[in-house]
Amino acid sequence: MSVDQATVRRVAHLARIAVTEDEVAHLQGELNAILAFVEQLGEVDTDGVEPMTSVIPMTLPLRADVVSDGFYPERVLANAPAAEDGFFAVPKVVE
Amino acid sequence: MNMHSRPADPKKLIKGATGDWEVVIGMEIHAQVTSNSKLFSGSSTEFGGEPNSHVSLVDAAMPGMLPVINAECVKQAVRTGLGLKAQINNRSVFDRKNYFYPDLPQGYQISQYKSPIVGEGVVLVDTADGQIEVGIERLHLEQDAGKSIHDQHPTLSLVDLNRSGVALMEIVSKPDLRSSEEAKAYVTKLRTILRYLGTCDGDMEKGSLRADVNVSVRKPGDDFGTRCEIKNVNSIRFIGQAIETEARRQIGILEDGGRIDQETRLFDPNRGETRSMRSKEEAHDYRYFPDPDLLPLEFDDAFVAELKAHLPELPDEKKARFVADYGLSAYDADVLVAEKETAAYYEEVAKGRDAKAAANFVINELFGRLNKEGKDIGSSPVSAAQIGAIVDLIADGTISGKIAKDLFEIVFTEGGDPRVLVEERGMRQVTDTGAIEAAVDAIIAANPDKVAQVQAKPTMLGWFVGQVMKQTGGKANPQAVNDLLKGKLGI
Repeated sequence: MSVDQATVRRVAHLARIAVTEDEVAHLQGELNAILAFVEQLGEVDTDGVEPMTSVIPMTLPLRADVVSDGFYPERVLANAPAAEDGFFAVPKVVE
Repeated sequence: MNMHSRPADPKKLIKGATGDWEVVIGMEIHAQVTSNSKLFSGSSTEFGGEPNSHVSLVDAAMPGMLPVINAECVKQAVRTGLGLKAQINNRSVFDRKNYFYPDLPQGYQISQYKSPIVGEGVVLVDTADGQIEVGIERLHLEQDAGKSIHDQHPTLSLVDLNRSGVALMEIVSKPDLRSSEEAKAYVTKLRTILRYLGTCDGDMEKGSLRADVNVSVRKPGDDFGTRCEIKNVNSIRFIGQAIETEARRQIGILEDGGRIDQETRLFDPNRGETRSMRSKEEAHDYRYFPDPDLLPLEFDDAFVAELKAHLPELPDEKKARFVADYGLSAYDADVLVAEKETAAYYEEVAKGRDAKAAANFVINELFGRLNKEGKDIGSSPVSAAQIGAIVDLIADGTISGKIAKDLFEIVFTEGGDPRVLVEERGMRQVTDTGAIEAAVDAIIAANPDKVAQVQAKPTMLGWFVGQVMKQTGGKANPQAVNDLLKGKLGI
């Protein structure tokens, strides 16, 4: 599997990463090198092997349904570039 | 019955210029899970609250924060699956659905894609034309997003994350619905089931239940047409309107020789139209992948069995019981079981009484009056005990059905014990034959012409009954009046 330059631009756009035209060729090379590296894993025979989801044998921990967090809007907004009346304020987005 | 092969019902077709069209509808319902805290954090799910106060650093997606799943939300999803007679999957997986929007701080929604917690099920829906079976494709757990407000500032959108991370159940139906009426009946039934289960409050005004509606049209017998998805319709009435509007739009395009583009649309109830939401299909590339912060969700059969053992009686079973045990008509039973609270109220009235008489009074008098006032059973000024007392007074002959209506009105507007009111206001019906007889004799003596008429035409009897009732202030026992009149007039 390898990616062309159009795919590089598309992936960058989906990830909202600004990529200039002269970076595209370089990134294409890097992405293809990563893909080739990962593809080596395909050489291992994994027939009948359960996918491993954790390095330690445990199941998903569950927590009790109690309100134990929140009620600190000032902390939530502390890093916001802009806020208005307790809301995050962002450039107007209307679909 | 396999709904995909269900023959087109001529009554449900839409007339077009080139012949009849069949509309095919599938629904995705987003139901907010009833829980105290969020799906993956300990902040409150309570509606309202100061902006960004019901938000933890997990919900705000601060770096390094990790999700831990709420056990109650898992139970609620399983309960709902059981209520939908659906396959429960003992192992399910959480995935990341990636997209950018200001009210989604993580940059992805944690959802379930390939392995949902609940698989195929079925909902029975009663319509005016009989019962239909609507297939459930799946139910999965996911996070809700925050709320963006666009109309408070000229150049800025304001974002409140209070709803961010609240647990939702997305309930996906099969494309088994064939008219806006069926779609509305389906959502109504699903809402009833959720409310019975206590897994979602079903409050559409607060956004606890929202529908995405998939609509396509076809000539009867053809394959499915290309569908459009109408997003976020938030009332049952609007669901009906959106389907009608969208079906007509698609028929118009097809009959003009055009083609339907698969796209997401928005229903504007003010303008009565649907319009395209996103121009770029690229926005739909969600790049799902398993969330590395969460292990697969696993539970054993005993966990499911325990939840199943404690499920409440559901509307279909309650209806069957009302029909079998109380002898109610299917229609009356339907009306009574639509809300759990209404059914409980009715059962309290019916206890130890004539169940049909109780149903008639509750449905005809109480519901009619509550509707007129825009109230529901929870805010009824009349208690089940008060209604029961009125039903008893009719049953033991103290008052007639007609007096009962007047008495009910007094109890509804002024309150009080019906038994005491009957005595205080002299509302007992007159069963004393002597008193009624005197009135009957007086009317007959005063109206010889009418007497001649009624003997020729017995349906005139109603006029005499009316006169006697008037004379006795409406308190004469109607049966006694009838019997006496018939005897004296020789009819």
